Amino acid sequence: MALNYRLPFVTATAVEVVDLVKSYGSTTAVDGLSLTVETGSITAILGPNAAGKTTTIETCEGYRKPTSGSVRVLGLDPVTDHARLAPRVGVMLQTGGAWSAARAVEMLRYVASLHAHPLSVDALVERLGLGSCGRTPYRRLSGGEQQRLGLALSVIGRPELLFLDEPTAGLDPQARRGCWDLIGDLSAAGVTVVLSTHYMEEAERLASEVYIIDAGRVVTAGSPGDLMAAGAGGSMTFSAPRGLDTVDLAAALPPDCAVSEGPPGRYTVSGQVSPHTLSTLTRWCAEREVMPGQLSIEQHTLEDVFLALTGKELR
Amino acid sequence: MNDMRGADATTPAMPRLDLTPAPGSAPAVKMVVAHALMETKLVLRNGEQLLLALVIPLLLLLAGAKAGGVVDLGAGRRIDVLTPGVMALAVLSAAFTSLAIATAYERRYGVLKRLGASPLSRASLLAGKVLSLLALETLQLSAIGALGVALGWDPDGGLAAALSAVLLVVLGTLCLGSLGLLMAGTLRAEATLAGANLVYVLLLVAGAVVVPAASYPDSLGSLATSLPSGALAEGLREVLSGEGLAWTRAAVLCVWAVIGSAMTMRTFKWE
Repeated sequence: MALNYRLPFVTATAVEVVDLVKSYGSTTAVDGLSLTVETGSITAILGPNAAGKTTTIETCEGYRKPTSGSVRVLGLDPVTDHARLAPRVGVMLQTGGAWSAARAVEMLRYVASLHAHPLSVDALVERLGLGSCGRTPYRRLSGGEQQRLGLALSVIGRPELLFLDEPTAGLDPQARRGCWDLIGDLSAAGVTVVLSTHYMEEAERLASEVYIIDAGRVVTAGSPGDLMAAGAGGSMTFSAPRGLDTVDLAAALPPDCAVSEGPPGRYTVSGQVSPHTLSTLTRWCAEREVMPGQLSIEQHTLEDVFLALTGKELR
Repeated sequence: MNDMRGADATTPAMPRLDLTPAPGSAPAVKMVVAHALMETKLVLRNGEQLLLALVIPLLLLLAGAKAGGVVDLGAGRRIDVLTPGVMALAVLSAAFTSLAIATAYERRYGVLKRLGASPLSRASLLAGKVLSLLALETLQLSAIGALGVALGWDPDGGLAAALSAVLLVVLGTLCLGSLGLLMAGTLRAEATLAGANLVYVLLLVAGAVVVPAASYPDSLGSLATSLPSGALAEGLREVLSGEGLAWTRAAVLCVWAVIGSAMTMRTFKWE
């Protein structure tokens, strides 16, 4: 018999957003968005600026009331059950959130004192490299230091659910990796994490589930692997004698593949790149005693998927 | 930023962090005290706020006592009229001007937003602010009282007067504090900064705070004493000269406190 060791308040779904609409006057920031965050997962909300990421997250945090639709966080209503949720949910705002004259470690100690079983302030300071700026007033911290302090403030109370709004925006590569490590360790320790980001790499590395949103709607969702596999494949290029029968090759390959000869003798197969596509290509060449030279395979990254779905123009 | 590389083998092991979830709020009393301590430290560290809260009242008391005759303070010994008025001014600066400016910037910098996501409830936040204000006022009134005594202040009325004065100061704090929050919760931070200072100067000059209402033209005098600052100052002058507590003063403060709190609760914007 399987035993359920989960604590009674832990539900399998940590966050459930259904048909969320949020309008500000005539502007609709979120337009019928639904998403589900499984307990224990890291879920990334990926989207360009003004896609509705912050509005979605802040509605889950209880800062905004939905215009329509429903939001449940740990089985509760983020607005009406705010007092019960606040100790259980960690929140990292996109900017600010500290007195300009408060010193970094002082601020952290203050927020720790609002919680029953906070993390060790010293250990967290050490872990996030905040020791050297510990006595610096918030207004004189660098952007990256403010960002790391914001992350520290969100986790100090040992929440079971963590909302991070662009946690690594403005961090240098070392600090970014340090934050990713901490987020990974939090997840391993059982914390459910929801983060918004416009860094593909962040979503690819951390998230078990990615929602790509644009203009207030979910464009696509899935694991990073699924999205990259489903996201219009990739391409293979190879060199071979000029004038191969590209029509015949295309017929041999799966139906969504296209074959073209770019510069004479240089061929491109674009479409679904899978082991099957590759073996079909090499078999077709072998049957014709053709050596596909300089064969290279390019798989699409999440960034390609993202750009394909949300458009490339600046906004 | 290089200190993020703490994980490589050449640096000592990090202290252990137990990241497993263990959510929970601290007891409400502990949160209120922690918040009050934090705000008090920030006020004491802020030069402009200290100038307003402590330096200006002390200088006014000293100048007013030494430069006799420049401003007519009416009947009674000069220092006995001056000291309670400067005490009222100190309460005005702390409970109204300082509180309004500090809270407006807490809104601007997202401090209130951040705290809104913490276990600190709005009621506890408010209680912490009041506690911090009372601590600051204790410091202000002790310093003003000590300087007053050094300059010859001789308060009358004994324990009853002292208790009445404390009651007036608490009522005045609630009333001026609610009006300060009303301003901070609706206007932009810059507008609050300018407005709260302007109100302070106007009331200092024309509000029967340091100069008794009797020294103003009648209409201005009665207008001034119907305002919280004037009612507090007149009340303090009366009780500390042994006249006993006039309930009209307390009533004016209570009415303003109810108006201020009701309007603040309806209009305060946390972001």
